[in-house]
Amino acid sequence: MARKAKTTPIRVLIAKPGLDGHDRGAKVVARALRDAGMEVIYAGLRQTPEEIVRAAVEEDVDLIGLSILSGAHMALFPRVLRLLKSERGSKIPVFAGGIIPDEDARRLKRLGIRAIFGPGTSLDEIVRTATQLARGPA
Amino acid sequence: MTRPPALPSAARAIVRGDRRALARAISAVENGDPSADAVLRALYPRTGSIPVVGLTGPLGVGKSSLLSLLVAHLRAEHRTVGIVAVDPSSPFSGGSVLGDRIRFDRAPEDDGVFFRSMASRGAAGGIAVTTREAVRLLEAAGFDLVLVETVGSGQVDVSIRDVATTRVVVLVPHLGDEVQTLKAGLFEIADVFCVNKSDLPGAERAERDLSELAALGPARDGWRPTVVRTSSVTPSGIPELWRAIEAHETFLDEAHVRADAERTRLAREIVERARDRLSADLVVRLGKDPALRSLLDRVAARSLDPRSAADRLVADLLRGR
Repeated sequence: MARKAKTTPIRVLIAKPGLDGHDRGAKVVARALRDAGMEVIYAGLRQTPEEIVRAAVEEDVDLIGLSILSGAHMALFPRVLRLLKSERGSKIPVFAGGIIPDEDARRLKRLGIRAIFGPGTSLDEIVRTATQLARGPA
Repeated sequence: MTRPPALPSAARAIVRGDRRALARAISAVENGDPSADAVLRALYPRTGSIPVVGLTGPLGVGKSSLLSLLVAHLRAEHRTVGIVAVDPSSPFSGGSVLGDRIRFDRAPEDDGVFFRSMASRGAAGGIAVTTREAVRLLEAAGFDLVLVETVGSGQVDVSIRDVATTRVVVLVPHLGDEVQTLKAGLFEIADVFCVNKSDLPGAERAERDLSELAALGPARDGWRPTVVRTSSVTPSGIPELWRAIEAHETFLDEAHVRADAERTRLAREIVERARDRLSADLVVRLGKDPALRSLLDRVAARSLDPRSAADRLVADLLRGR
């Protein structure tokens, strides 16, 4: 189901949960999404799941992108999903990027992370997937 | 006695403090969604009575960090705060990176703050066309005051005066000599000048130049801008900044100029809205006007200049031809 008309910009929250300080990937993705015409709310480093969900609600985003390189994804991502659900906002799709082992990626997808991008993913693919997640299948 | 008409359910939810309803209504306003009209209309009578503080100034002067500290100060005083932070949209892709949340620290689970980022979406002047309506929604939601942070402003980005009851112009040391302060535009709209990054050398000089500027001309509507020094690093000057803002708000009431200032803003808003409506309609009509073709032929052949052609089109239209 497409949530948004094609004419209004997609709003996407990009955040880094957890404690690692490697935000280059998140910034590269933020910039690519901007260049694709999206309004990117860049929340930056060291966001708690609570802060991420609060920002998603206040900013009324269509999409959430989480970047993580600390290895704590199995603790933090499910918590974001749980909090979203309790905010009655569980329909906001969540995608993720970073260093996430395949087995974890499969489990996270089962839990509801809609797409996971590892190192080397092209920006085109990320933009295409993000657009589809926000607008529904073309 | 007539009872006020029932509020649409979205408006009721906003008044009740439903944060998601508020967030969605702001989106609807931003997107020009027709559902926003009824909500704005219903909530309008509940607006216009809280301080709306504008923070403006060139990019990189520290507006976002200052905003974060100011909000912390206000929360310590148990005031609830709505925030609209505007960042520019790309003139190329239409996209934007809204980064003002990065500098924003707050206690988790604090419902006394609502932070909304807004892209300017093509509007010049430092705010979005819909910023003032977003401010009204925040007021209707019950916040004690609203802070608006503009796009990093150039010398003539003064749209914040259409929204804010108190305008804080944020500057830093070494932005230029005192002649800069005499130039038209940004310096003319300040109720409070804030010299931020005052931990850096040159802050006293900047403060002195601004104080002299404030003392030079006649007071605007009886108010001379005050100057405060702040630093987000040490941090310092934040209570003084708030006192300066409050002093201006008090002045608005005591000098009985608040209502006049609001009327001026509203008059501009109505005329602007009307102009936008008219121009959209007119552009369509003029584009289809058969007279345009013949005028265009003559302009292209250099037998008529574009200004005269435009004058004739408008004259025809106003005669109701």
